[in-house]
Amino acid sequence: MNTTNGVGRNDLSRAQLNDALCKMYQIRLFEERAEALYMQGKIHGTMHLSIGQEAAAVGACLALRADDYILSTHRGHGHCIAKGADLNLMMAEFFGKEVGYCRGRGGSMHIADVDGGNLGANGVVGGGLPIAPGVGLGIQMQKRDQVCVCFFGDGAANEGAFHESLNLSAIWKLPVIYVCENNQYGMSMPFEKAFAIEKISTRAVSYGMPGITVDGNDLSQVYQATTDAVARARSGQGPSLIECVTYRWRGHSKSDRQKYRTREEVKEWQARDPITLLRAKLVQVGLFSEMELDVITQEAQQTIDNAAAFAESATEPDPASILDGVYV
Amino acid sequence: MSEPREITYAQAVREALRQAMQRDPQVFLLGEDIGVYGGAFGVTDGLLDEFGSERVRDTPLSEAVIAGTAIGAAVTGMRPVAEIQFMDFITLAMEQLVLQAAKMRYMFGGKARVPMVLRTPAGSGTGAAAQHSESLEAWFVHVPGLKVVMPSTPYDAKGLLLAAIADDNPVIFIEHKLLYKTKGFVPEEYYTLPLATSEIKRKGKDLTLIATSVLVARALEAATQLAQEGIEIEIIDPRTLKPLDTAAMIQSVCKTGKALVVHEAPMTGGFGGEIVAQLCASEAFDFLDAPIRRLAGLDVPIPYNRELEKRAVPQVADIVREARALVRGEY
Repeated sequence: MNTTNGVGRNDLSRAQLNDALCKMYQIRLFEERAEALYMQGKIHGTMHLSIGQEAAAVGACLALRADDYILSTHRGHGHCIAKGADLNLMMAEFFGKEVGYCRGRGGSMHIADVDGGNLGANGVVGGGLPIAPGVGLGIQMQKRDQVCVCFFGDGAANEGAFHESLNLSAIWKLPVIYVCENNQYGMSMPFEKAFAIEKISTRAVSYGMPGITVDGNDLSQVYQATTDAVARARSGQGPSLIECVTYRWRGHSKSDRQKYRTREEVKEWQARDPITLLRAKLVQVGLFSEMELDVITQEAQQTIDNAAAFAESATEPDPASILDGVYV
Repeated sequence: MSEPREITYAQAVREALRQAMQRDPQVFLLGEDIGVYGGAFGVTDGLLDEFGSERVRDTPLSEAVIAGTAIGAAVTGMRPVAEIQFMDFITLAMEQLVLQAAKMRYMFGGKARVPMVLRTPAGSGTGAAAQHSESLEAWFVHVPGLKVVMPSTPYDAKGLLLAAIADDNPVIFIEHKLLYKTKGFVPEEYYTLPLATSEIKRKGKDLTLIATSVLVARALEAATQLAQEGIEIEIIDPRTLKPLDTAAMIQSVCKTGKALVVHEAPMTGGFGGEIVAQLCASEAFDFLDAPIRRLAGLDVPIPYNRELEKRAVPQVADIVREARALVRGEY
């Protein structure tokens, strides 16, 4: 392994690391703010928070170009931010406002940034999986060199769609990277009870594609695995499966009383906070000072404050426009 | 335009596919056994040789991912035409069609387009029994975001399929197995028929009969028989179930004062109920001089036995009987 800066292989620049840490903070702080606004009744519906999983979303998207695609999940705020979303438009969507990414029609669970290559969070577990080969095929048939990262969770890996999707991408050598965020629970169902295997990545063998399990809380591991898979996909060699082992700190959704796990378990994982881990590494290798990292944090905080203010003051959709967008 | 030739419904569908692919390089086909095999009903026969395996793509037996792949390719700039081998198997793709294809554009604030067509042969009459004979059109009509097309003639099949492929919305295109070998005059040129126009298939003054798909042909046969008794029925084919053009049927009922709605799918919850409701809610209501009647499939899985299978869905004799009774006030 060709290591120069101690954070990973030499293709992660200081600027990229700065951006990665900033995005991880933005995800954390965006979700904390969204949660608070929900508690205040300013955001309605429900939401699925990815706090604790930031390294997986950011590490995977860091390996992508702006014109690459992602398919996201119901726990998709992190993916959206990691792919480069405008936080103002994203928060406005959470408020259901007209200027929001989805004109207030989608909300948290369907957040999408089509122009930015985010083909949407998905309310159906595994719902994006069958779409992924199609995105890959669209790229391949139009002779473009983009790729598509398809995010899904451990729960989705047991949907039939997983099988159909990975198989088709493999036989047609489609430029798809399957990124499984194994956060240990499908709602309340623990990984150990839902799988008779230790690693989801071993399923890749069944489809004739490479599979790898990485520490999903380690940005550089996720980034490097995704970079390898992206290179493979872009050069026409087909799909890969990456399992990012991580943990969701919050409950499944806002209705979760978390009776299926212990406080001790949550604390153990919180001790391996992906943001803290990255910060420590950046300081340890001397790329950033603590003071510089604090500035990144403050800047991230500022973008969230701005987004919340922007969203709250934005206008509501015109009720007369309710049918807009059902058909072209 | 050149002189229309007589070709079959299957040939008309194939000609539409061929012309769409010739005109637009973004159009491609995917589905089970559509390549060398030519499709379970031979509809795509020869297209593999003409366009190659890149654009005529045989898929594994993966209905959900056939639908999903069409969605993903459509949203990234292609115009896929997917085939689900039997409409029954569309059940395996329901999530993708109903929760993804139909909703993507709306959920994303109108910022995505899903220009895909899903073709599928429906209906009974082949002795294939309960899991290869479904008529599930009403399910899809009930889903905002989808369009539903159900042609009854070769001419309509070609023009409507070309329109469906050119449309930027997801379209469910329902063919009927028994129609594949029926013949009709079809222009050789590329042409489209609008996806929201019904057509009067026969003029008449005594009764308005609204029928879909294979039942249009049976209704026409029934009308010929009834004409010998002096009963003239007007037959209207909606052709597109969603969006639905009600103008002609309303106008017709205003004239005849009587309406009979006929389809193959089971009566309860069938699309006929929607037509009846639309007529009742229109100015035609004031002109009705008899209750609107429905003649539809029995609420039964399609049975295997030849006679039972026929009995499960309306036949010519059933239409003659119902129409006559309605015109004579003997309902």
